[in-house]
Amino acid sequence: MLLKDEVGMLQRVPLFSGIESAKLKLLAFTSDRVSYSAGQILFRQGDEGDAAYVILSGKADILVDSDNGPIKVAELLPNSIVGEIAILCNSSRTATVRAASPVEALRIRKDHFLRLMREFPEMTIEMVRVLADRLSHTTADLIDARSAK
Amino acid sequence: MEPSLARYIWTHTKKQQLWILVIVLLSMIPYFMSFDLPKLIVNGPIQGKGFEQPGATQPFMRLHYNLPFIGEVQFFPGFQLDRTTTLFALSLVFLLLVIINGLFKFYINTYKGRLGERMLRRIRFELVDRVLRFPPRYFKRVKSAEVATMVKDEVEPLGGFIGDAFLQPVLLGGQAVTAMLFIVVQNFWLGMIAAVIVAIQIVLIPRMRRRLIVLGRKRQLTARALSGRVGEIVDGIGAVHVHDTSNYERADIAARLGLIFKIRFDLYQWKFMVKFLNNFLAQITPFLFYMVGGYLVIQGRLDVGQLVAVIGAYKDLPGPMKELIDWDQDRQDVQVKYQQVVEQFTVEGLIAPQIGALTIDDPGPMTKPLSAIGLSMADDGGAMLLDRISLQVKPGETVALVSTSTGGAEALAEAFARLNWPESGKVASGADDLLELPEAVTGRRMSYASSDVFLFQASLRDNLLYGLKHAPLTPVTYDGAAADQQRWNIHEARRSGNPDLDIHSDWIDYASVGATGPHDLFEAVRQVLDAVLLSRDILDLGLRSSADLTRHTELAGRIVELRAALRTRLEHEGLSGLVVPFEPGAYNKEATIGQNLLFGAAAGPELADKALAANPYFASVLRQAGLDRTFYEMGLEIAEQAIELFADLPPDHQFFQQLAFMSAEEIPAYETLLQRLKNRPYETVSENDRAMMVTLSFAYIEPRHRFGLLGEELMNKIVAARNRFHEDLPPELQNAVERYDPAKYIAAATVMDNVLFGRLGSNHPDAPDRIRSIVYDILDELGLYAELLDVGLDFNVGAGGRRLTAGQRQKLDVARALLKRPDFLILNRPLSALDQRVQDKVLQNVLEEARRDGRSPAIVCVVTNPAMAMMFDRVVVFDSGRLVEDGPHETLLAGDGIFKELVS
Repeated sequence: MLLKDEVGMLQRVPLFSGIESAKLKLLAFTSDRVSYSAGQILFRQGDEGDAAYVILSGKADILVDSDNGPIKVAELLPNSIVGEIAILCNSSRTATVRAASPVEALRIRKDHFLRLMREFPEMTIEMVRVLADRLSHTTADLIDARSAK
Repeated sequence: MEPSLARYIWTHTKKQQLWILVIVLLSMIPYFMSFDLPKLIVNGPIQGKGFEQPGATQPFMRLHYNLPFIGEVQFFPGFQLDRTTTLFALSLVFLLLVIINGLFKFYINTYKGRLGERMLRRIRFELVDRVLRFPPRYFKRVKSAEVATMVKDEVEPLGGFIGDAFLQPVLLGGQAVTAMLFIVVQNFWLGMIAAVIVAIQIVLIPRMRRRLIVLGRKRQLTARALSGRVGEIVDGIGAVHVHDTSNYERADIAARLGLIFKIRFDLYQWKFMVKFLNNFLAQITPFLFYMVGGYLVIQGRLDVGQLVAVIGAYKDLPGPMKELIDWDQDRQDVQVKYQQVVEQFTVEGLIAPQIGALTIDDPGPMTKPLSAIGLSMADDGGAMLLDRISLQVKPGETVALVSTSTGGAEALAEAFARLNWPESGKVASGADDLLELPEAVTGRRMSYASSDVFLFQASLRDNLLYGLKHAPLTPVTYDGAAADQQRWNIHEARRSGNPDLDIHSDWIDYASVGATGPHDLFEAVRQVLDAVLLSRDILDLGLRSSADLTRHTELAGRIVELRAALRTRLEHEGLSGLVVPFEPGAYNKEATIGQNLLFGAAAGPELADKALAANPYFASVLRQAGLDRTFYEMGLEIAEQAIELFADLPPDHQFFQQLAFMSAEEIPAYETLLQRLKNRPYETVSENDRAMMVTLSFAYIEPRHRFGLLGEELMNKIVAARNRFHEDLPPELQNAVERYDPAKYIAAATVMDNVLFGRLGSNHPDAPDRIRSIVYDILDELGLYAELLDVGLDFNVGAGGRRLTAGQRQKLDVARALLKRPDFLILNRPLSALDQRVQDKVLQNVLEEARRDGRSPAIVCVVTNPAMAMMFDRVVVFDSGRLVEDGPHETLLAGDGIFKELVS
């Protein structure tokens, strides 16, 4: 997959959808292309968050530790981003991500990501908009959940 | 040291000085003869005196003397020669005298040059020898750069002077007196005129030069202070930048230079003023000769030949006079310099020479307890660090010294290590005062490590083994020219009062580490390095450096085996994708295009990095393969992409690290180049511009950069070009590249690259770490671990060890202390740069290693954390310079004292 295809993939990630393609290209270029075989771990719960991953191809499982061992809570499909919360909030990983099939991903390093946000405010604003949108959805869900009780 | 320079020189060189005096006196004979000769030639054959009749002859070389009581005696009647032949004969004698005088001068100059150099060597050695014997407190007040400049620069003029110290006055005085006498003999009154002027010079000039001496002394002191400051700036460069004081330093240096300039300029002014006066006086004399002498000739009271001879002789007077006066100036100058240096090097309480005397034999173990008896220590300002402490450490005992912040335990450790001397009381080994024991005992049977580590600028190995180099243990045999050189070395060393110890001997005391020679030394080294957890760091250094193949032959010999083992292992663990190996017939996708073309390690500048594209042979290979245009176009594409990506970023942006093609500074240049070259036919582009673009494509790696520029067909072409490149490699490039050969070790590459023999896949983020641990495993399995550690030990630690981290330096210091297997191991907050967990671990290892194989040294350790005290038999607690608690760990912990407080 070429750089320009990766840019196309990134544009389909909601977090990046509003950002101009030149910036996305820079983001893709400075990110590492990584590949995992099925069963390999992208990162573990509790690790320090040093990068976010955009899945380019393949599938991965999100696992959370429990008393009865890891429980699968969600599945990642191509064009999805994972680990972005940890690099934005300086927190440790809240879940483990494991490749369910051979996975190709873009690994966006935390310092690069933050640097880009600082460098290009228009990109930051775009991302804040997406995050705020997500928050309002979550809030709405929460209200629904509370009122349904 | 001898305060008077003249006496110092006389003591060490009297025989030589006397010998050279004799030679100088001998040289006076032909010198005087050459004065008389011009007169003989002019008056005799030229003017015809004694040859008035045609065909008249004169005796030549007749030896006859008027002896008292006997009358005239003739030894040799001489040859009878006519006028022309006499002229030739006398002229030839003149030539002969010129040669003899020249040879004398040559011999004398060489002799005194050697004399001076030997004395310079002697003085310098004595000074450094004294530095080695200074008491510790001296070093708190002196800047190292100042001492260095004294030894190196300030005594330098002494060397030039020493050869002349006694000779010059005799030689020049003799010449001046000879010239003077000759003038007087020719004509008394003309001689008196010259004598009066000389007397004025002798009295006046030295008086005027006194000021020069004062200025000279000032110049010396200011210059010394300058070098001290420069040394300080270098050592403290971190502090300068941290505090933004570089301009303060600039101002300080400028002020000092201004002062030095002023002093030097004053010196010049005076010097040339004195010179002017001196020259003037010297010129006055011929003026008087011409006037008075000419008058006398006109009057007929002086013949022309005499006047010519007087003037001729006078020509030889100002020279020696001037030099004599210069000599006097030099004498005063170097006397001042010498005194200044001697004053600095005359220190009270110098360590006696026998303390540091060379001891070849093993001094035997220290079996008596080490004790502090009424020991008080003070810092340089006089504040008490320890107040009348008494404490005994028995052999084999392990003692933790725990200290409050003002406790003074460090001072005790330093007193045990002889690094500071007691204010009162003493440290004793048994009944002997520790300071009176030879260093051969304490330096071999005791060792010391602290947080303040000094490493020499040498390899890790040299620094580690430094503590074992007490004496030259093996005689070295030299053959042929080397043997002659060695004999000369010894002879000259002795003549200059230097020791003739051979630095090339093996100084390492193998027995003290339990080894018998270089071959089994390594085991002991490995154990101490493991103990201080330094092995891993050194292995890493070894992997990253290129091995010296003359030393590490095994690594090269078994490289094929190593590479095979790595492949097998990777396959076995399903990690084959981690490394893409170099294969002679295949393109390596994880390597750059440049690397794929060169397919080898550049061993010289001709084919390295950016020079590759510009190399004419390489360019011709590309042209033949039809690749030149492809790469040019690829370069254009890369430039366009890179500029699009990076043009908006500030030049110091960290993303530029990702851009392998060009540096941030080059972007504007490529931007203009790109505009100029776009849509320009390839044929019209200049060689230089083409190379600029082609270089870009050489850094390209498809899986990393993902511009989609490299297809299967191009890869095949590149492999074909690679083969052609190596097949026809011209002889001048044979040594510029080491071709990748699966069966060959590549000397120019690092050990890691050699083992990998390929490139790490870029899409495995944890590949480097995994590979490194696999490589270590393999080296260990194949028994090459020691070899790799040895490669790492070649690493040069840099000035003061600054290429290592503080923690590594401290570990190395502890390893060095452990290595010599002391009877008393003194540790003074040895690992303070490490975190607590590692400190505990290392200390535990150190205690075990020190007591391995049934050894039982006493260990005294000033701990950084009271909790560490539990590893020791006995705990001694200090507070405010006093010993407040002493006992086993449990007892103190159970008690209610300061220790309990400190631990909690």
